[in-house]
Amino acid sequence: MKRRDFLRSTAVFVAGASVSISALDFIDPKELLAANPELRWGFLVDTYKCVGCGFCVKACKLENDIPYDANVTRTWVERYVIKKDGNVVMDCPKGARDGFTSKLIDQNASGMLAVPDDEIAQAFFVPKLCNHCTVPACVQVCPVGATYQTADGVVLVDRTWCIGCGYCIMGCPYGVRFFHPVEHVADKCTFCYHRISNGGNTACAQACPFGARKIGNLKDPNDPVAQMILNQRVGILRDEYGTKPNVYYIGLNKEVR
Amino acid sequence: MKNHVWRPLFVVIGVVIAILLFRSVYVPSDFGSQELGYTFGYHRLSNEQEWKDFPAEYKDTEYCNECHDDKVEELRGAQHAMIPCENCHGPALSHPDDPEKLAINTSRELCIRCHAKLITPSSGREDIPGIDPVEHNKGEECSECHNPHNPSLEDM
Repeated sequence: MKRRDFLRSTAVFVAGASVSISALDFIDPKELLAANPELRWGFLVDTYKCVGCGFCVKACKLENDIPYDANVTRTWVERYVIKKDGNVVMDCPKGARDGFTSKLIDQNASGMLAVPDDEIAQAFFVPKLCNHCTVPACVQVCPVGATYQTADGVVLVDRTWCIGCGYCIMGCPYGVRFFHPVEHVADKCTFCYHRISNGGNTACAQACPFGARKIGNLKDPNDPVAQMILNQRVGILRDEYGTKPNVYYIGLNKEVR
Repeated sequence: MKNHVWRPLFVVIGVVIAILLFRSVYVPSDFGSQELGYTFGYHRLSNEQEWKDFPAEYKDTEYCNECHDDKVEELRGAQHAMIPCENCHGPALSHPDDPEKLAINTSRELCIRCHAKLITPSSGREDIPGIDPVEHNKGEECSECHNPHNPSLEDM
């Protein structure tokens, strides 16, 4: 090979390799449209309003046929007690299905912990549910395409397609997925897709007497939930994972994990 | 090429064809990359509709209002008006067909979900009147003294 040919083909190769694969990708107009739809479901939790009654957990379990006494739930409420000495204790008996009715903090194997009233600096309740992330880790790890994100942003599981491998249960940084003991598939909060798609509210938000839970359309600037997220100081859980969650919290403490 | 190369090659080609045939029968026609592309939208499209068709069990207070409008109207100003009917009366399901009558939960356990006294500064729980469920009229149902819709004893 002559030096001239060598230089020429090297230049062609480098130029060709520098064109990224995505530049050659055919752009599907449907895909572009889905990235900017009119509807994107989002959720707002006000932890000041939550009193830990657990009506949301009960309503969710009954509404979505989650075995009532099995130790699985799509949504749950955590109690955080911050003591004056800085220690934090937390519990969530039965996912708060029956609410918080005792001052004793359930420490599982270590038994019930009594915190004297005058040692409590702060105590509050934090409802948890699927964050329906914009970049859902659980969907990326599914080997069969059984879990997916709809165009309006809800992450669902196809029960006929799930093979029950459990990767998504491991992959979720928020621990919201579980193995359904009856259906034998991975299960998770659907934002009550059957209710919100038909003009209703989620079962948990509807059952909440205090308005601590609200669902809304983040793409609609006039939506009350979108407005509150825009205008108030809200936080999200585990920002560092980069999953871009869509459940926003008012009054989120650093102690909340 | 020799026979010992061709024969296993035919077997491999046969297996590949069999897998492709099986796949074309087994995989639904609407399975594939949907709106959001391959990474997040790879699924069976009709499953979205299946989730939308999931039956709702809680029907909301507006559903109660369709028949029990007198009751709903009467209780709009009640002390417990912010609690949806179905939280205590149970999910409506297909009421009035099935069940014909809803079973009302009058247990202490239901009331103390909110009214067990806890020390919760920085939470709305502080603003709710609370009792010690162990000491307060042990073993009796709350509704024996309190009207569940307007529970304050002074107003009765």
